[in-house]
Amino acid sequence: MPSPYYVSPEQIMQDKSEFVHKGIDQAKEVIVLEYKNGIVLVAENPLSTVFKISEIYDRIGFAATGLYREYESLRFVGIRDAEIKGLTYTRQDVTAKWLTNVYSQYIGSIFWQMDAKPLEVELLVCEVSEDATQPNNIYHISFDGTFWEEQSSAVIGGRSDEIAQILEETFQTGLALPEAINLAAETFATIENSVDEVDRYNISPETLEVAVLDRHQNRRKFRRLTTEEVAEISF
Amino acid sequence: MFLDPSEYGTNDFLQILKQRRPDLIHSPASIVVSAPRLEADHYLEGTTILAIIYADGVIIAGDRQATAGFQVGERRVQKVYEVDIHSAIAIAGVAGPCIEMAKLFQTQVEFYEKIEGTRLSLEGKASYLSNMLKTNLPMAMQGLIVIPIFAGYDSKHQSGRIFKYDITGGRYEEEDYYAEGSGGKDARSALKKLYRPGMSQGDALNAVLHALWDAADEDLGTAGPDLLRNIYPTVHIIDQSGISEANSETIKSFYTDLFQTLVQG
Repeated sequence: MPSPYYVSPEQIMQDKSEFVHKGIDQAKEVIVLEYKNGIVLVAENPLSTVFKISEIYDRIGFAATGLYREYESLRFVGIRDAEIKGLTYTRQDVTAKWLTNVYSQYIGSIFWQMDAKPLEVELLVCEVSEDATQPNNIYHISFDGTFWEEQSSAVIGGRSDEIAQILEETFQTGLALPEAINLAAETFATIENSVDEVDRYNISPETLEVAVLDRHQNRRKFRRLTTEEVAEISF
Repeated sequence: MFLDPSEYGTNDFLQILKQRRPDLIHSPASIVVSAPRLEADHYLEGTTILAIIYADGVIIAGDRQATAGFQVGERRVQKVYEVDIHSAIAIAGVAGPCIEMAKLFQTQVEFYEKIEGTRLSLEGKASYLSNMLKTNLPMAMQGLIVIPIFAGYDSKHQSGRIFKYDITGGRYEEEDYYAEGSGGKDARSALKKLYRPGMSQGDALNAVLHALWDAADEDLGTAGPDLLRNIYPTVHIIDQSGISEANSETIKSFYTDLFQTLVQG
């Protein structure tokens, strides 16, 4: 029996990374910003019932980009495991840090499996602190399972580096909600303007998906804004 | 693997618990059916819960006392739980399984909303609760009874609706008002006299507090307002704009006035 060709682990990982990049470099972006009352999540998404942003648990929200089928199942796992943890212990014990570890292990284990297709996703897990003097938590999870903490703002998607660069100059702490949503919408518009007119994506209230994690709400901090609400705020 | 593809997409949280964490739920199978029926007075029981429909929605309320035989088991028990922004559940029966069922029901409704990205219809929720009671039947036969009232604002009907249940999971809709528990009959008599179709929220609240007082006055298992310890019935008001809990100061002043009228004659 002929022995299989030897391929070095480095080569395999590089191939997988290249494969994933080909996919997620095309993915539309999601911007997450801190504002006065919590965290606002804004995505480029023309669909009105298929979401990139979701509620996970009381203080925790989720934003994803990449292949819908794959991040949808991650969203499901997050909601399911959060509810189970909340029933086992208390609701307070369900944290973004814990959920990020769950996702990191899950995504990482698939990435390192030799015969499996890596997940083509990038995630942000956000937790608003109930106490305004305490920091919020934003975790950025990459397609290979590595993750890091973000401060004040975060971007996922193909052109996230360019967007982060713009935000570095324009973002300020303590924004009111309309200001934060407008900043995100303007940033998306700036990026789209740098694209050829044929491929340009029109930014309007209908093509934005917006949700907040508002610390002043009761138990469930997550709230999705309607197109009408977004239209009143921006443009 | 964290996710079995066959599991994805289920919006039934109890099914997930049964498969993944059966230790978190009471399993009817674990109770031996031939075992002698558990005597009710070993458990916390005795209650008045009620709901009444008014012009813009529905009010659902309950007293706060749990009884163990001839003893007061607990003075501050919560018998009314918010399920989501448009519905609430009130429970009568044995405290442990009752509170557990209310909690799991609330979790299920919220789980569905998050997974599907849309809310379950009011009837959908009422029907799910019916299924939970059906599963509970073997436990009910052992004396671990749970009898809920489910009430909410139905956006499709644009009105408040009340569902009552029996231990087998039978579900019946009430058009006007209903009361359950050991003081239920007394509360129903009071509501019968005070109910008017299309009554205002204030009148409905008045009727609810009167009915709870009548129940407490006649039934040992139901507590009246406790002015000494500042414990008052739980009252939730549900209309199109959502659910809110009635202010305890309002309830307190209602009862202070009522007692004054009763003393002066």
